[in-house]
Amino acid sequence: MSAQDPTLGQAGTLALPRRRIRWGEKLVQGILFLAAAVSVLTTVGIVVSLLVPAGEFFREVSPWDFLTGTTWAPLFEPAQFGVLPLVVGTFVISLLSALVAFPLGVGVAIYLSEYARPRAASVLKPALEILAAIPTVVLGYFALTFVTPLLRDLGVQVEIFNALSASLVLGVMLIPTVASLSEDAMAAVPRDLRQGGYALGADKLQVSTRIVVPAAISGIIAAFVLAFARAVGETMIVLIAAGQLPQITFDPRETIETMTAFIGATGNGDVPTGSIEYKTIFAVGLTLFAITYAINLLSIRLVRRFREVYE
Amino acid sequence: MLFAMVVAFGTLAVLLVDTLVTGWPQLDAQLFSDSPSTQPEEAGARPAILATLYLGLIVLLLSVPIGVLTAIYLEEYADRKRWWNRLIEVNIQDLAAVPSIVYGILGLAFIVRGVGLGRVVLAGGLILTLVVLPTVVVASREAIRAVPDSIRQGAFALGATQWQVVWRQVLPAAIPGMATGSILALSRAVGETAPLIMVGAIVYVAFDPTLLGPYTALPVQIYNWTKQPDPTFQTLAAAGAIVLLGIVLSMNAVAIFLRNRYRKQW
Amino acid sequence: MRLNRPITVAALAAMLVLATAACGGGDGRGSGGTITADGSSTVGPFTTKAAEDFKAQGGVDVTVGISGTGGGFERFCRDETDISNASRPIKDEEAAICADAGIDYLELTVATDALTNVVNPENDWVDCLTVDQLKAIWEPGSKVDSWRDVDESYPDVPLRLYGAGTDSGTFDYFTDAIVGEEGASRTDYNASEDDNVTVQGVAGERGGLGYFGFSYFEENQDRLQALEIDGGSGCVAPSVATAQDGTYAPLSRPLFVYVKRSSFDDDENVRDFVAYMLDNGQTIAEEARFVPLSDARLAEEQAKLEDATS
Repeated sequence: MSAQDPTLGQAGTLALPRRRIRWGEKLVQGILFLAAAVSVLTTVGIVVSLLVPAGEFFREVSPWDFLTGTTWAPLFEPAQFGVLPLVVGTFVISLLSALVAFPLGVGVAIYLSEYARPRAASVLKPALEILAAIPTVVLGYFALTFVTPLLRDLGVQVEIFNALSASLVLGVMLIPTVASLSEDAMAAVPRDLRQGGYALGADKLQVSTRIVVPAAISGIIAAFVLAFARAVGETMIVLIAAGQLPQITFDPRETIETMTAFIGATGNGDVPTGSIEYKTIFAVGLTLFAITYAINLLSIRLVRRFREVYE
Repeated sequence: MLFAMVVAFGTLAVLLVDTLVTGWPQLDAQLFSDSPSTQPEEAGARPAILATLYLGLIVLLLSVPIGVLTAIYLEEYADRKRWWNRLIEVNIQDLAAVPSIVYGILGLAFIVRGVGLGRVVLAGGLILTLVVLPTVVVASREAIRAVPDSIRQGAFALGATQWQVVWRQVLPAAIPGMATGSILALSRAVGETAPLIMVGAIVYVAFDPTLLGPYTALPVQIYNWTKQPDPTFQTLAAAGAIVLLGIVLSMNAVAIFLRNRYRKQW
Repeated sequence: MRLNRPITVAALAAMLVLATAACGGGDGRGSGGTITADGSSTVGPFTTKAAEDFKAQGGVDVTVGISGTGGGFERFCRDETDISNASRPIKDEEAAICADAGIDYLELTVATDALTNVVNPENDWVDCLTVDQLKAIWEPGSKVDSWRDVDESYPDVPLRLYGAGTDSGTFDYFTDAIVGEEGASRTDYNASEDDNVTVQGVAGERGGLGYFGFSYFEENQDRLQALEIDGGSGCVAPSVATAQDGTYAPLSRPLFVYVKRSSFDDDENVRDFVAYMLDNGQTIAEEARFVPLSDARLAEEQAKLEDATS
């Protein structure tokens, strides 16, 4: 729905005499294009700023060692550059938080979409937005000072810095993302489908779970994947609460380190350009960027694949 | 379903209450008037609060014009068949998904080191602008798309140029949507910590920040206080969090208010 | 649809006020008299306290970063800071970089440190460790994972290690003094440049063991337990006395402040601040919970300053 100039005609030839204000239009178009170019420049910048130092890094460290090594000790003697502990740490946290966010998020979405009365929804939806707006540093603080002691009181033997607290809080943080996208997907399901279900004698729960959710599945999956990608890229919560001990473990009660936490802890603005320390930031950053990019590509493909066409 | 709601909102409630209760003792005028200190009894967050406001201002002044103009370009001017326009569209979607810390890396490499701006407020503002720019663009595009085509066609029929149509008809109608989106993006920028850590928001800054001077922002200050084991600093962190939440939530409230107030019926 | 006039005007006015406040008052580092310090997170609190007191006396602003001794020197030799805090002397390689860059500096000792090993207060089975035991725990490739591995009489509680990151002077000093080679350490511990994180770790984890500068222990005495160290002549506890007379061996060390010569010569504020730091060093050290220099040592450093000023 764009405002193409109707006087231009099909083949781009002018159907009317030349206007006086043409140069003004061209100027405006130029400025607008420049504005749009900023975003392209940003991407170019990100790619270049990651690739160049990462390239230098991989000249000193073989990519194979980097991707398959199981010890991450880049700044020690002897230095070891296996990124797996960081990747595993990231995935453990992301998966755990997904386990929290997905069911709860879809549950909230179903409630808002199928059950809630408009008055309740108008209160609950902003409340959800508030949850989404809480700065992650506050969430990290909450994880360290409230959730970890709480878990211990409940008898779960978590270390002071552990993956579980971070994952729980991260999961709750992602509920609004999953919920709002899922809810949009469900709202797009035509009423006829629901009516058909009721006509056949199904109750609300059956209609919701057996008809609406499957029909909205492409949007819901997209929501899942987006939330997962955000979990992978999250920094503050894990930096404060999950620890800085890179190790390969699947026990969420232990201390770990994620890719983002490593970058955040190491790259605090003081690292000297050109040192191996500096380059590890970019190597890990590139890995992180590649992973989130791949996840996003996946989400787009999934949405296209499962899309049901109505009418 | 109910369980899901309870968990989600219960946690929100617990977090807010816990932060409020913990931070209350330190939530006094001193927080706003004093600078950080090694003695928690004398510490305040004034430089950090000011820096956060300045950063917000920079983000507002930069991201809104660029974002809105980009959205206008994509919605009103760009020929979808051109490959470069499709590239820009896909690009923006991708940028929205990039973790904020990668923007921090970008900032470190180019703005702090490359251009040599250094660890100053302006650099932090520029990077935060880039972080929220995709969000502003997406929100603005939605707002522009919501304007019915009939409005445009009517204006063209009356002889308006493309820019006149955009400036006089489309934009005014889209402003509430854009404002909402921009304010939400802004509130996110204000709460961001990771990119600022990467570009050097320093630990101990005991004076009011200026545009080209060293600084520390409120989220970073909270982060630093959280790391201190002394419980008084933890309380301070909570108090700082209350202030930050206050800023962020009031921005969100304004955005929601705007959205509800100006919801157009076409 | 017109936006509400008064609201728009008010918003614009507010932004204008903020903008002028931001732009006024200064235009960059170094001008208007801001002194930049960075480096060791051990020495950081000392310099920060000095900066606070200095400002209270009417002195200029001092910013203090804690990127670690190594990180501090890197910035220092790139002419980015006026002062570099260090918990170990400058290395030869670092001195060479500074020399190449034409950065001349003044080396001053401002306090002494008793590098303290701490454990969680619940670890009531241990109050003294020998240097050999520490070495066995911390050396590269160490397989000591439980307290029982440290000594058979200890319970089988998992050993949770927290320590300094590799950019830290504390790390360099500790590995040199205990393991025998600078930089040689096992890698599977929670490493952080910020010693506060180490405090949090040890204080919160039964079986926890960590190390950092004395002031961090002093600040957190109620949630940590300091170990006595046996360097060959019996168990010695870290304290002001044992650090000053050197009996707390091998972990008593001087803490340094390096001042850029050009800043010192050209900027009166820098001279004032450095002089203030030394002259009031003993008081500052006590306030910040450091081990003050002995009178004799202080006199030596003040003499250095005298020479440099003349």
